[in-house]
Amino acid sequence: MAILEVSHLKKSFGKTKVLKDINFTLEKNEVLSIIGSSGSGKTTLLRCLNFLEIPNGGVIKVNDEVIFDSEKPEYKQDKVIRENRLNFGMVFQSFNLFPQYTALDNVMLARKLKAQNNFKAQKNFNIADLKREFEVIRVECEGLLTKMGLSNRMDKYPHQLSGGQCQRVAIARALAMKPNILCFDEPTSALDPELTGEVLKVIKELKEEKMTMVIVTHEMEFARDVSNEVIFMDGGHVVECGTPDEVFNHTKEERTKQFLGKF
Amino acid sequence: MDTFMEQLPIVVNSLNIGFLQTLKLFFVTLLGALPIGLLISFATRSKIRPLSAFFKIIIWIVRGTPLMIQLLIIYYFPGLVLHQNIWGMAETGRFNASAVAFIFNYACYFSEIFRGGISRIPVGQEEAGMVLGMSKKDIFFKVKFLQMVKNILPPMTNEILTLVKDTSLARIIALQEVIWAGQAFMKGSQGISGAIWPLFFTALYYLICNGILTIILGGMEKKLEYFK
Repeated sequence: MAILEVSHLKKSFGKTKVLKDINFTLEKNEVLSIIGSSGSGKTTLLRCLNFLEIPNGGVIKVNDEVIFDSEKPEYKQDKVIRENRLNFGMVFQSFNLFPQYTALDNVMLARKLKAQNNFKAQKNFNIADLKREFEVIRVECEGLLTKMGLSNRMDKYPHQLSGGQCQRVAIARALAMKPNILCFDEPTSALDPELTGEVLKVIKELKEEKMTMVIVTHEMEFARDVSNEVIFMDGGHVVECGTPDEVFNHTKEERTKQFLGKF
Repeated sequence: MDTFMEQLPIVVNSLNIGFLQTLKLFFVTLLGALPIGLLISFATRSKIRPLSAFFKIIIWIVRGTPLMIQLLIIYYFPGLVLHQNIWGMAETGRFNASAVAFIFNYACYFSEIFRGGISRIPVGQEEAGMVLGMSKKDIFFKVKFLQMVKNILPPMTNEILTLVKDTSLARIIALQEVIWAGQAFMKGSQGISGAIWPLFFTALYYLICNGILTIILGGMEKKLEYFK
């Protein structure tokens, strides 16, 4: 069973149609790479999954459960969107770490707020329980940062970290919310070439741990290497999709050939 | 009264009372204008067009006309036109009217500073909060607020120092603040008349007050240098 099923997804900005009927599925524990030139709609597709943009049309299913249907207004309510977007984690090109918090606090913040809000919703709670919950979160988040190779950087602020370290903190922050699917929007585009490797290595490790991922990337070598499935997008359409071997070595579509020829 | 040393305690006592009124107006304005300014800044950033347009016009009028005129109109309008004494009697009434005029005026200036401070926060900050499932309220208070404070501290420091000095405008409706108290000794008060030196003392009060504020606000700025 597919963990993610996207059907007839459409998105326009004003009169510009950015996504025109996107369909694809993704199996659990697999990695999907989306490639294509800038303006092809791949970032918008990712942003639609996270509801940073609300699609104009289409249905999104996670684990066979509808989390978005453009026909039904209830899926556009703020509260529903906030809940459903947690199916996805998001790692941005520009990290978007919170500058006023340490690496560890960046990773813990949203988890703590969620715990706190759940707590306040209960009728009779005591602070000691919340503190215990915070402690659990801390241990878990420290574990995530350690896994990212940042055990000695936890109390550093983002401006004290290198780009590669920042991006690894951002990955830990996304993982802390325990998403079903982790999305990456060109995770290495803002990095110096020598820092790219450490982030790609982390993504490979996540693949070995069976994390389901969607990666928008310009790193063709990496896409070929890490993906189970590759989608080539152009002009708001999925032009070609298949295994890396199919897309890179036995390219069918002319437009894909042209694009790959540039690398 | 003859000697300076005899006059000094009388003058200082009088100026102290006046300066207390100055400080009261300053703090009341600050306490009122900061939150109201933040609310106005939200209104001007609102997607509801009539709302944002309305407040933009208000800000244009308030920033485009002298505070002194606003003060005179706010103080005299209810009595002269509506024949209602809404401000209260004597010094209390003058203070209430001054406080309202100052809060209104400064809220508009602050709102523009807030607006600039918020709009300078990269949009990625809000998006990062959103994808982590945070509520709008949490995103504002836990993610954006401190970044906004850091952004606005330098212009806010300017505005606050100006406010200290602007409180003297309330002199126009005879609020008994520190300049009023100092001027009294030129006209004649408590046996002292034709004395200009109390005005130098008055200036000293402002200078010391703003000196202290500069140190406090500068310290806050320094404190927020821990992040970039």
